[in-house]
Amino acid sequence: MDRTAQARRAADAVARRSYGKLIAFLAAAMHDVAAAEDALSEAFAAALADWPRNGCPANPEAWLLTVARRKGVDRFRHHRNGEAAAVQLQVLAEIGESALAEGDDAAIPDRRLALLFACAHPAIDAGSRAPLMLQAVLGLDAKAIAAAFLASPAAMGKRLGRAKQKIRQAGIPFVVPTRDELAGRLDGVLEAIYAAFAEGWSDPGGTDAIRRDLTAEALFLARLVAELLPQEPEVLGLLACMLHAEARRSARRTAEGDYVPLAGQDVALWDAAMIDEAEALLLRASRLGRIGRYQLEAALQSAHVERCRCGRTDWTSEVQIYDALLALCGSPVVALNRALAIAELKGPEAALEIMDALAADGRLVDYQPYWAARAALLARTHAYRDARHAFDVAIGLAGDPAVRRFLQDRQAALPR
Amino acid sequence: MQYLLMLYAEEGGWARMSPAEQEQGVAAYGAYTQALKTAGALAGSNRLQGSATATTVRVANGKSQVLDGPYADSKEQLAGYYLIDVADLDAALAWAARCPAASHGIVEVRPVWSM
Repeated sequence: MDRTAQARRAADAVARRSYGKLIAFLAAAMHDVAAAEDALSEAFAAALADWPRNGCPANPEAWLLTVARRKGVDRFRHHRNGEAAAVQLQVLAEIGESALAEGDDAAIPDRRLALLFACAHPAIDAGSRAPLMLQAVLGLDAKAIAAAFLASPAAMGKRLGRAKQKIRQAGIPFVVPTRDELAGRLDGVLEAIYAAFAEGWSDPGGTDAIRRDLTAEALFLARLVAELLPQEPEVLGLLACMLHAEARRSARRTAEGDYVPLAGQDVALWDAAMIDEAEALLLRASRLGRIGRYQLEAALQSAHVERCRCGRTDWTSEVQIYDALLALCGSPVVALNRALAIAELKGPEAALEIMDALAADGRLVDYQPYWAARAALLARTHAYRDARHAFDVAIGLAGDPAVRRFLQDRQAALPR
Repeated sequence: MQYLLMLYAEEGGWARMSPAEQEQGVAAYGAYTQALKTAGALAGSNRLQGSATATTVRVANGKSQVLDGPYADSKEQLAGYYLIDVADLDAALAWAARCPAASHGIVEVRPVWSM
């Protein structure tokens, strides 16, 4: 292998291993995500020029940080003047001194959590938080993020640019909130991670490589936060919830790409290791004694798994979990799922009554699972005409061809 | 960093308050201003006369147009401001939340352009 290829391979390895840590450290010191990204990318470019000639350094992280810091100082000299710049220059000159002196990248302080809190700050537009985290912490480019969030690359680039500008100009701090503020602020971080995961999840076949990667990236972020805040039960709950969903990925489609509902899935296709990890996380979370939305959602996933594995279901406790979840977040989707659990407990008529009341809310009118569930319940009460109509609406709202086929088959199977 | 806290409030609100409530309101602002001073965060502050006293000016084609009334014809009007000097946006937002105007109106927080 020639030395250029060797240098490239070393740089790739550092990028994979330490990108988030290096960016977080630089961004926190410079109070500027975009400037940190520029400085680090210039440092990587310098590495590709320098390493083939002089060999890969023993501590590539420290090498990159030194160069990035110098680039950052140059930028400040070019673009800013006055007192603020002097302070920043001082900060930049000091950063990483100890880390670099140690010659050990483990000595670079981990500021990734602070960066995540900056990205999910309430002052940042809610729709930009998940994309910003993916870019800032994981280094995904705007094009890949745009594809995953079904936006145009230009629009996504603008959105990310605006968010970074807001961080810099409004003075959004790079700090982990204090104890009394942590719970509220953590919600924003978890919500953004969950949004990224859900975006990846919306490609259920996993055929779209970009989106499949997005669930992996979101899992990485959730693991990172769980590692950095091990005493926060909702973080563990979110990770458990995502692992449960991910564990069933390959069972959600047949080899022909047909949709398989949960009750019909082949349990042997589930990833048992992931499910075990999720269950262990949930147990750890429950011992911390502070219940929350993500723990409850994970508990429901856990109950579904138990049902399919052993054929036993405790619908009463499932309805209770839904009650608690509904009290916490009042989402119509939760209310819908609660109605379906009640259908198992008290029969389809009881569930349909609840669903009629839910329909008045208006937010479920164009929610495909609402109509599919309604159709199935109507079929169970032998109201086939109404069921056929509800299936029509559900089919019309389905965006996934496999789901559409599944619903069409169910509709065709209704007695005439 | 310096931040301008712009206090927006419904203008009729003050006149509808009883004298006792008005007194309480003035005291609340006084205490807030004092707290900012004590923390060393206050850089400037003023209460403004009502928007009926406002006049807008713009120069078009070399001629200045002067119009009676405020720029934005909204229910809530700019009623005053605090200019504060704090570490970051979180600190500015914490002060904004303590401002009495946040309870009866809206406080907009803007970083000052630093040179």
